Amino acid sequence: MDLSWNLIADVREILSFHFMVNAIRAGTIVAVVAGAIGYLMVLRRQSFAGHTLAVIGFPGAAGATWLGLGAGLGYFGFCIAGALVIAALPASGGTGTAFGGYGEESAGIGTVQALALACGFLFVSLYKGFLSGLNGLLFGTITGVSDAQVLVLLLAGAGCLVALAALGRPLLFASIDPAVAAARGVPVRALGAGFLVLLGIAAAGTSQVTGSLLVFALLVTPAAIALRLTARPAAGLALSIGVALAVTWIGEGIAFFSPYPIGFWVTTLAFAAYLLATAYRTTTDRLGPRRRRPAHPGALAESPS
Amino acid sequence: MNPFTGVANMLALPFIHYALIAGTAIALLSGLVGYFVVLRGQVFAGDALSHVAYAGALAALAAGVDLRLGLFAATITVGMALGALGGRGTTDDVTIGTTFAWILGLGVFFLAIYTTRGATADSTANVNVLFGSIFGINPAAATTAAWIAIGLIAVLIAIARPLLFASLDPAVAAARGVPVRLLGPLFLGIVGATAAEATQIVGALLLFGLLAAPAAAAQHLTDRPWTALTLSAALAIAAMWAGIALAYAVPVLPPSFTIMAFAATEYALAALTTSRKPPRAHTNFETIPTPRTTTDQPVSAPRR
Repeated sequence: MDLSWNLIADVREILSFHFMVNAIRAGTIVAVVAGAIGYLMVLRRQSFAGHTLAVIGFPGAAGATWLGLGAGLGYFGFCIAGALVIAALPASGGTGTAFGGYGEESAGIGTVQALALACGFLFVSLYKGFLSGLNGLLFGTITGVSDAQVLVLLLAGAGCLVALAALGRPLLFASIDPAVAAARGVPVRALGAGFLVLLGIAAAGTSQVTGSLLVFALLVTPAAIALRLTARPAAGLALSIGVALAVTWIGEGIAFFSPYPIGFWVTTLAFAAYLLATAYRTTTDRLGPRRRRPAHPGALAESPS
Repeated sequence: MNPFTGVANMLALPFIHYALIAGTAIALLSGLVGYFVVLRGQVFAGDALSHVAYAGALAALAAGVDLRLGLFAATITVGMALGALGGRGTTDDVTIGTTFAWILGLGVFFLAIYTTRGATADSTANVNVLFGSIFGINPAAATTAAWIAIGLIAVLIAIARPLLFASLDPAVAAARGVPVRLLGPLFLGIVGATAAEATQIVGALLLFGLLAAPAAAAQHLTDRPWTALTLSAALAIAAMWAGIALAYAVPVLPPSFTIMAFAATEYALAALTTSRKPPRAHTNFETIPTPRTTTDQPVSAPRR
């Protein structure tokens, strides 16, 4: 399988392998869900929670494999349980949790993450002969997606998107201005918990393509790019999904023809796109005579443009 | 079985000696450094440097040089750069996350180069970098690690007083002539070297816990800085020893897991027994960016 200049033939060659068809199906589902949920996640400043949930998925998958259950079950079970636990915590599930956090609380989250990874390592070493699968769990693989997994991903993703569509408007309101939303009778806390569960599902799905450690590439980066380029929520959501899809498809295509793993290609493409978006934004801000657009849709609440 | 003979048997084994020599020195270092990391609100730096440690180690493996060379070069450089750029939690979480996901992706890239080139013992080296291998450490590496740890501890103790001052109140410290701008990069350089050291023991993915958990537990237990600093180091060493002993007694359990489990247990016990909030006087309000970047963070404060 060599890359030729005839792109159609290349695509046809990729699609002649069943595992690649499955990988692309899974990647497409995951990219759409991660792009949509990730956009709201970045808006709500919960990317640290997303990272934590993805890391929690690793012991889930390793444990499920050790016990002979499917890895997908472990991912979803642990991620959803982790989301409920984070939602139950008084402060850390809040929107204020920055990546670094400040002092004590982030040290607690860091401890939980390290313990989750240690448990995953324990399960991996208890399950002898599974060490070769370790890289797949941590950094993603394109060969490991079965038909059943695609079906599970499809159901979970569809459920996720339906729930997101149902919650969408109040959730956006509660994300942009929780105080006003609460005053208007929007159940902010319940919405936050519901969103965390959706985030858990999205993190679990993304983990199966990019691996537990690289979920940021699909969950955060497309949303960050969208937020750099547009302040309108609908356009941003569409852009986020589009970038996630492009990164996944191109990444899977390159990973098929190259000896290097998908995790590397997806993170690199996403990071390059992020740099481009940042550079574009900086130059338009410097050169453009137009008024500086708000960096964040939330700023619209203060200065309607 | 008599536990005393069990311990005596364990202490007679050479590989346990090496594990204890390297483990104790590195736990002491991690406990001391971790206290300042938590105090200064730089936990994210520990997370970031663990990603860098992985990429650095794999780059060294791919290039065919000593793994530790890549580890130290990468982590110290990035640590000092973070410090020089003023990475005190002021940078956007999204930027940090994206960048470090990519650095981890680079690590995977180097892993692929390494495995495609030299096909021998590939997955064990990778697993060792990720999750550590304290029982596999050889005598030379153990003594080197211990000496480096002792040197770093000496530097840290030498700068401990001004560093504490600068961490608690940078404005006043700067006014009193403490070189705050110099201390930041120097300290993050030490954190980087600590990350490189700890990678050899508990691995790049878990060193974050070894830095954060004992320090956070110590901060729960006492308000006084020097007591907390000592306690943090003691808790880290206790977790290391207990972890090594348990991993020896139950061979199924990997030592990295038992060390992390004890450290996390310490933190959980400390957090549960002391229900009061940790003293906010220790947190540096100057570094919390919420009031300054209100346009970026419209939804941070009023939620509850």
